Amino acid sequence: MATIDVNGKSFEVDEEGYLINLGEWNEAIAERFAGDDNTQLTPNHWEVITFLREYYNDYQIAPAVRVLTKAIGKKLGPEKGNSKYLYELFPYGPAKQACRYAGLPKPTGCI
Amino acid sequence: MLHTVNKSPFERNTLKTCLAHAKPGSAVLLIEDGVYAALSGTAHSDMVTQAMAQVSVYALGPDLDARGVANRVLNGIKVVDYAGFVDLAIEHPATQSWL
Amino acid sequence: MSDAGGVVKKFMFVNRKAPYGTVYALESLEVVLISAAFDQDVSLAFLDDGVYELTKGQSTKGLEMKNFSPTYRALEGYDIEKLYVARESLEERGLSEDDLLVDVQVVSCAEMADLMAEQDVVLSF
Repeated sequence: MATIDVNGKSFEVDEEGYLINLGEWNEAIAERFAGDDNTQLTPNHWEVITFLREYYNDYQIAPAVRVLTKAIGKKLGPEKGNSKYLYELFPYGPAKQACRYAGLPKPTGCI
Repeated sequence: MLHTVNKSPFERNTLKTCLAHAKPGSAVLLIEDGVYAALSGTAHSDMVTQAMAQVSVYALGPDLDARGVANRVLNGIKVVDYAGFVDLAIEHPATQSWL
Repeated sequence: MSDAGGVVKKFMFVNRKAPYGTVYALESLEVVLISAAFDQDVSLAFLDDGVYELTKGQSTKGLEMKNFSPTYRALEGYDIEKLYVARESLEERGLSEDDLLVDVQVVSCAEMADLMAEQDVVLSF
């Protein structure tokens, strides 16, 4: 099993870099994942990451992109609930990249 | 609709639920342990006999043979081989596999 | 995909197993979520012990298994809104609609049979 080291602690990740143990997540891990992708996390990124963690807490799944986009629109308004906005924040794909930063598993139905 | 049932009626209620939802004119094919429902002289024989007034009931021969019960099949049940199974699947627009 | 002008078929997922004892309920739910990506006409039926999948108050902390019951509440967000529950199966188990964690349509055996008969594809779990 691969691991990453953050602040002197080691965390297990799967072969695609997703955190194995959801409960271990902290903000420094998200910063580390983003740093590895040369992404600087802004308040707009954090808004989506926080949203995903709440979604997972409520439903026990990582949402599909379409579902995430719609739910973000409902909660944060149409200017944020569209794929252009989300892909600008997370160019590798909002569900895959943002879910990984948020410590969630890869979304079910993500092919 | 072709319904298949693969559980013994003595162990599960699968066949009972299947028959309750099978529309008149549909086909029910008993396979694997489901073939124990095809036999005469059991506690479930009457249920199957009554169902045959509305639906066609089939049993898969190789599964009857494997269990040594091919000589006890209820009157009115048609025994089919694998090719017959395929024919049934083709004849009906959809198949529902009751587990 | 409907955007590409493809054919929309009616898919019904029939759930007849209690959660946790076997993997059927969880597998079904995962297939349902995946099917949502294909823009088909999806419905779910719950009968026999399948109605136990939807009961409120599930807690798996002592089992070290995932409690997937909250995920049924996410189905609405996936535009899967047709959930049919067999009245007889609820009654046999001393349950009512109030005991379920999502909004469902409680249907009779004859209504369920009609719904099944109108499907293009029925997948059983």
